[in-house]
Amino acid sequence: MMHLPLTQTIDQIFVLSKAWIMGHVPVAFQPISSAILSVAPVLVVFPLLFAITTVLERKGLGRMQNRYGPNRVGPFGFWQPIADGIKSLTKEDVIPRTADQVVHFLAPLLLVLAAFLAYAVLPIGRNMVIANLSAGVLFFFAIGSMVELAVFMAGWSSHSKYSLLGAMRAVAQMISYEIPLVLSSIVVIMATGTLSTVAIVDAQTRYIGILPHWYVLTPWGFCGFVLFMIAATAESNRSPFDLPEGESEIIAGYYIEYSGFKFALFFLGEYLGMFATSGLAITLFLGGWSAPFSFLTWIPSYLWFFLKLLVFIAAFIWVRGTFPRLRMDQLMGFAWKFMLPMSLLNLIDAAVWHLMPHNILRWLVCIAILAIPCFLLSLNLKQRKQLQIRTYRFAE
Amino acid sequence: MHATFFILAALTIAGASAAMGLRNLIHCVLALTLGFVGLALLYLSLGAQFVGFTQILVYVGAIAILAVFAIMMTRSAGPHPQPALSAFWITGCVIAGATFAVLAWAIIRSNIATPTSAQPAVSTNQIGDALMHSFALPLEIMGLLLTAALIGAVIIAMPQNRSSK
Repeated sequence: MMHLPLTQTIDQIFVLSKAWIMGHVPVAFQPISSAILSVAPVLVVFPLLFAITTVLERKGLGRMQNRYGPNRVGPFGFWQPIADGIKSLTKEDVIPRTADQVVHFLAPLLLVLAAFLAYAVLPIGRNMVIANLSAGVLFFFAIGSMVELAVFMAGWSSHSKYSLLGAMRAVAQMISYEIPLVLSSIVVIMATGTLSTVAIVDAQTRYIGILPHWYVLTPWGFCGFVLFMIAATAESNRSPFDLPEGESEIIAGYYIEYSGFKFALFFLGEYLGMFATSGLAITLFLGGWSAPFSFLTWIPSYLWFFLKLLVFIAAFIWVRGTFPRLRMDQLMGFAWKFMLPMSLLNLIDAAVWHLMPHNILRWLVCIAILAIPCFLLSLNLKQRKQLQIRTYRFAE
Repeated sequence: MHATFFILAALTIAGASAAMGLRNLIHCVLALTLGFVGLALLYLSLGAQFVGFTQILVYVGAIAILAVFAIMMTRSAGPHPQPALSAFWITGCVIAGATFAVLAWAIIRSNIATPTSAQPAVSTNQIGDALMHSFALPLEIMGLLLTAALIGAVIIAMPQNRSSK
């Protein structure tokens, strides 16, 4: 084994241990064992993160709503996911009599499959990616579009009006927000000139002084990042864009007729999708696994990735606890009248940034290109609406 | 000819034939989607990443959803008691077989040299370069055409009595 400095050894410990195991495997089995060794950690780590997130989310939401959250199983209720898992495994799997049996069975599988496939192109650490595809970002969005089909299959096959309504809402919302999602990530592809996620992270690992060369620290990158995160929230059907599963209107949307472990699979797929889109946002705008300051590069790269992911999860929980749900027309109006023009403008902004000389004027021009239309579009969205603090007549 | 090719070809053909044979229209669309995925995987096995992923993005993500929505908006989604084979199935089979025979004959007779290199190495970068440089004008025209189609769709969907309001 090569002799590396200690920090690099710790950074590359998983890569090195995989290489060590591969050295002891017969040549004939090397491709398959290499694939298993790359895929198995993803299949273990992200569902585990899902389990942790469910309890964190319930505790966090509880705190925001002045209650305790789960606090019975284990210390502070932290073994709650295990109890939930046992519960969903032992529950009866009810399939409605009029449901389409085959499609009803396939929908959760397709959803989870698509969610897991997306992780194939996410660089979790230095040299830690399952597949370094030259069209990696395209692969991510192609796999993401399969989720829509799974959601539709679930809603349609249940043969229930609520699930069908939920599926219609979900598909309409996902298609509308997929356009700003893709358009806002194109600016990064314009800047790096590649679709490979590994190359995009590599382009951001340089430092100027102590500050990193992350794209979020440019005007177009910041705007793209905000647009991407809004669209990602809508894509993962999370509050405030959770109309497809609005409990108070259509009970639980497209997975109302699922019970037992199939329901848990939907839950898992939704959270895995959220992690994957957050992971792509980290890869595109926040430098992937690179450290935020040049003097912190001794901390292993994979830790940085998961730290950033945890910050994203915290932000998602915070947003869920604070924002009210949008109405369908507000949702669509926001997508087409604000998100789409802003993401198109952001493309122009990235081009202007690329062509202008490197000085302070470039910053001012690029910020102005984005800030003024943003203000005008917001005015357009709230036109004729007298926004003021709501006075409650009966609930003071 | 690898085993992969035969598996993917079988998947594609199974999806396509199920799309023709199934009674329920939604099932047909889902089977057709399976065919699309099989085609995309065939492209990928040929090393054409860009085409393969675009096939999934466009056909699975957009066309299939569009077809499903069109079916649901125009007719009830329940199974229809109509026979799987239409009355003209013999004629149809004869025409399809004849067309296939003519095409196969033409392909076998044509003297296309088998490519010497196994895979032409076309990367996504080269496709982008070609689209932005030598095929920039066709690309722009396609964009204009799609915009025209978009505006046309909006006009069709617009309520008729808008001016009287």
